[in-house]
Amino acid sequence: MKAFLQKFSSTFGADMGGPLIAFVAVMAIFSLAADNFLSLATFGSVAFQLPELGLLTLAMLLPLLTGGINLSVTFAANLSGLAAAWVLQANGGVDAAGGVFVLACLAALATGAAAGALTGVAIAYTRAHPILVTLSMMIFLRGLGEFLTRGGDVSGFPDYVAPIGHGSLFGLPIPLLIFILCVGVWHVLLTRSKLGFGLLMIGSNMEAAEYSGLNTRRIVVLVYTLSGLMCAVAGIIMMARFNSVRVGHGESYLLITVLAAFLGGINPFGGFGRVLPVFVALIVLQLLSSGLNLMGANQHLATALWGVLMIVVMAARTLASHTRIFSRKKA
Amino acid sequence: MRRLILGHTTEVTLLAVMIFLSIGLSFGTDRFLTVSNAFDVLNVSAVNIIFAVGLLVVLISGGIDISFAVAASVVQYVTVLVITALGGGNWALGFVIAGGVGISLGLVNAFLVHQLRIISIVATISTFNIFFGLLMFFTKGVSIYNLPDWLSNRVVLFEHEMPDGSWVELTLPVVVMVLCCFATWFLMSRTTIGRKLYAFGDNPEGARRFGINIGAMHAIAFGWLGLMAGIAGLMQAHYAQEVVPNALYGRELDVLAATVLGGARLGGGKGSVLGCVLGVLMVSITQNGLNLLGVSPFAFKMIVGAIILVAISLSSARFDKLLPQALKRAPAKGKQP
Amino acid sequence: MGTEPLLSLSNIKVTFGGVRALKGVSFEVMPGEVHCLAGENGCGKSTLIKVITGVYKPEDGAELRFDGKVIPAMTPTLAQSLGIQVIWQDLALFGEMSVAENIGFQLAVNGKFGLVDKKAIDAAALKALARLGVSLDIHRPLRELPIAQRQIVAIARALVGEARLVFMDEPTASLTQSEADYLIEIVRTLSASGVAVVFVSHRLAEVLEISDRITVLRDGALVGVYPVDGMTQSRVTELMTGRNFDSAVIAADHDAAPVVLSVRNLARTGEFTDISFDLRRGETLGITGLLGAGRTELALTLFGMRQPHGGEILIEGKRMEFGSNRDAIRAGVAYLSEDRLSLGLNQPQSIADNLVMASLDHILSNGLISPTKKANVVSHWISALGVKIGTPDDPIRTLSGGNQQRVAIAKWLAIGPKILILDAPTVGVDVGARAGIFDIVRKLAAEGLSIIIISDEPPEVYFNADRVIHMADGQFHASYDPRTISLTALEAAIYA
Repeated sequence: MKAFLQKFSSTFGADMGGPLIAFVAVMAIFSLAADNFLSLATFGSVAFQLPELGLLTLAMLLPLLTGGINLSVTFAANLSGLAAAWVLQANGGVDAAGGVFVLACLAALATGAAAGALTGVAIAYTRAHPILVTLSMMIFLRGLGEFLTRGGDVSGFPDYVAPIGHGSLFGLPIPLLIFILCVGVWHVLLTRSKLGFGLLMIGSNMEAAEYSGLNTRRIVVLVYTLSGLMCAVAGIIMMARFNSVRVGHGESYLLITVLAAFLGGINPFGGFGRVLPVFVALIVLQLLSSGLNLMGANQHLATALWGVLMIVVMAARTLASHTRIFSRKKA
Repeated sequence: MRRLILGHTTEVTLLAVMIFLSIGLSFGTDRFLTVSNAFDVLNVSAVNIIFAVGLLVVLISGGIDISFAVAASVVQYVTVLVITALGGGNWALGFVIAGGVGISLGLVNAFLVHQLRIISIVATISTFNIFFGLLMFFTKGVSIYNLPDWLSNRVVLFEHEMPDGSWVELTLPVVVMVLCCFATWFLMSRTTIGRKLYAFGDNPEGARRFGINIGAMHAIAFGWLGLMAGIAGLMQAHYAQEVVPNALYGRELDVLAATVLGGARLGGGKGSVLGCVLGVLMVSITQNGLNLLGVSPFAFKMIVGAIILVAISLSSARFDKLLPQALKRAPAKGKQP
Repeated sequence: MGTEPLLSLSNIKVTFGGVRALKGVSFEVMPGEVHCLAGENGCGKSTLIKVITGVYKPEDGAELRFDGKVIPAMTPTLAQSLGIQVIWQDLALFGEMSVAENIGFQLAVNGKFGLVDKKAIDAAALKALARLGVSLDIHRPLRELPIAQRQIVAIARALVGEARLVFMDEPTASLTQSEADYLIEIVRTLSASGVAVVFVSHRLAEVLEISDRITVLRDGALVGVYPVDGMTQSRVTELMTGRNFDSAVIAADHDAAPVVLSVRNLARTGEFTDISFDLRRGETLGITGLLGAGRTELALTLFGMRQPHGGEILIEGKRMEFGSNRDAIRAGVAYLSEDRLSLGLNQPQSIADNLVMASLDHILSNGLISPTKKANVVSHWISALGVKIGTPDDPIRTLSGGNQQRVAIAKWLAIGPKILILDAPTVGVDVGARAGIFDIVRKLAAEGLSIIIISDEPPEVYFNADRVIHMADGQFHASYDPRTISLTALEAAIYA
């Protein structure tokens, strides 16, 4: 048993334990409780719902790893979506050409990056607590979005936009493919890039990182800019899925992204964490809500159970670390 | 006087900004600088101030709570259901039930933080989802419009018609808000419990070595916020004359921003009731002023967000650096202590 | 001094997870005595203090007497009510509270009817400060006070608790010399008023100056109890480590070697002025002087983290303008911080990550970090500097001070530096492990690295540098050649 645990840790990382056990538990419980759980339909619904929450969680992930947080992710995504929608509308709306869509995506990415960069600069240069900066940024972006749209929807896009939200490629949903691509990029960024190394270092001790010659301000600005870029990707997907943009879409995901990240073993104080366990944690959350859906319960019960799951996993981690210290002392 | 200003930099700065803002607004509109408008601002802010002083206690003790606003929604629902089941009830019963349910929900957080050693932001994000998810699940999102009369009838404790024809009204939520502020102030600055909470938030390890009961600190801090959330929930139901399960959803972050704007520190050990009240009022006055200036309501949040962003950036760059040098400190008297 | 001991312990045994932390130690303090508890890190000093204050329970067979009475089971509350107070190294004060609230904290949390009596607290604070002969503004927030005054506040707080026995854990570790002298005065006042003081300190000079008796612990066992009269620093070191350290001057001429670093009239307002020196290839320069002399400020300026207000820095003849420490690192300057815990190393992170933190550009391939290159760099330096580790993925905080310092040095060697500045390289490193650090430094110098050692312990620079500069009040006071001056004469010049 011990040998197995060690092998598991060295293959997947110790932080993979929580999400994988939860995954197995959810799969087991629902396959027993609902006979139609293990079906293509379930996995289809998971595959289509995962990307929105997933992309926003990726946007949340980098700031969390630096010991910060980005509470403006959902509204940054909305605003990026708005930017894309306007470019499309200003250039023909439903009749916009393919080139316009590229332009629209660029506008969205630029908007997300700008919002992120502004946040990053405010945090890096004032050293104000990221909760506060991003919280006020959230209030500002929400206000800006509501002001620009007057609380309404922006819709009417060319036909080819919808497949980005609903279509499939090689049997896999396009949004899922985009999400997996982003997970891959984030994974490489965190494990292999200088920026990824630096952001983990500043997550556990910003000053020590600065003394070792890392450009901590630049890292902070880049982290929030990348977070904003990822919000823009989420915003584009959301626009394609709903075929409209509305400020407030996905608002309820905000705290879920934090929950998913912690569930995936991200250290709440920053400095430690990986993308893959978070990916598994996201799948668990979606399976839970799809399973409950199959059994006739609504999303709200799933939300409540997400909270319960989180507490169970965190409590189990506390217990596990206690017994580990205990056994080390004994050894 | 110098000590007074330096000891309360945030409060003094907020007050100064508010005065400037008010002067500007009173030139911009006729309505702003009237007694009745001032009371309007208070009436509008009462619920948020009650939330804020509760949150203040948790922030001072070094924790954070995201769940209190949805907890207040749970309180509203449970209180109205219980009271209806009991056949109507009255204010006293309402406060007891709302307070009791609020405290219980707060203690759930304290249990998670203390017994299960889950850090407060993680624990309360979880309970946020649990409270809200279960509330929406069981109520199916249905609002209650049929409140008992005593709860839905406006209670005006004092009213007076001004010469210009406008009305000055002192409503129940404002009075309750003042009582809550006073109680929180008394708890935090006049009782040994308050000292322990400050000490625990300031230096948890130091507090532990003095034998301070950490579990009790968590229970008191989260319990107090629960109590305030319960009362605020009741006041909000009274003010809105209905109970909508998602009415307070999202309120937690607005209150958090205002509280921190008022000088409470994330991480603990610092914050005051006065600052907290000023922080909330600052936001309310801005909204009220924008409204009177005829600015589109859609622009309110944007401007408020920008103001908080600037204020927080400035306060991190230290308000006291912006003060005139002469105010700061008498020249150091030699090196030796 | 009375004849009956105030506190006496015998046969104290404590075991943690199979490891004996205390192996039957006895310990005794007389009333009004200043007693030093000496020993290397991990010798059991803090465990012993925690037994006395009731935090840990000793195993059966132990006896604890206070004031002649046997205490069967000590608890923290009982210890406080007996007047046993501990001033921890981190002081355990409350930054946002006022001086008075800190001193009177006991009263504040034990007020009548659960209420706080501000007047009583202020009065108690003033009384305690008066007893120490100190006047402080009691309404100032504690965080505004310099560290020395915070020490005073912590001592005053112990007095409010009617202290009869005060433990002080490394009280002078972060004080300047004049502050430490002042603290020693306070301790004398305290002991003259009948309070016994147990001093835990690694500054041996100070220990010998202030204490009446010394108890030495090693590996959880009692080595002995010695009167201070007739004790020398080297004798205490020998007792603590069980080894004898021979030191010899290593200074040599490097006049033929090329100048690597040249500093001309360097100045920073309020920190240092008119600093000029040359550092040659393979040369080791020692800078000593009291804390607050401007040594660390000078080092940070050479490292580019602070910008000079005047003068110039030349490396191999080229004038340098450092915008940040990144420019300095590129120019080949490395700086080992005096504060290893919070600045020098990233304690929660792994040994490997700490080691490559400054030299990421060396382990890239195609713009990405290469795990193979990283592993090679890490294993190379771990073995080159003889660092004892479990695996490179362990958090660095699990290493001993000496091994941590070796990793910190390795981190800088990995950038291929020309100049290595070591700021207080032996702080928090056991006496026994210090020699190993200096062996590495000598080897590096022999390989051609130019080194600056900054230390407030004159023997460290005297025995390990080619030249010693005495810095005082932000200026280079004098320069000495260890071959032509005795250590005693050097120390006399510095402490004069």
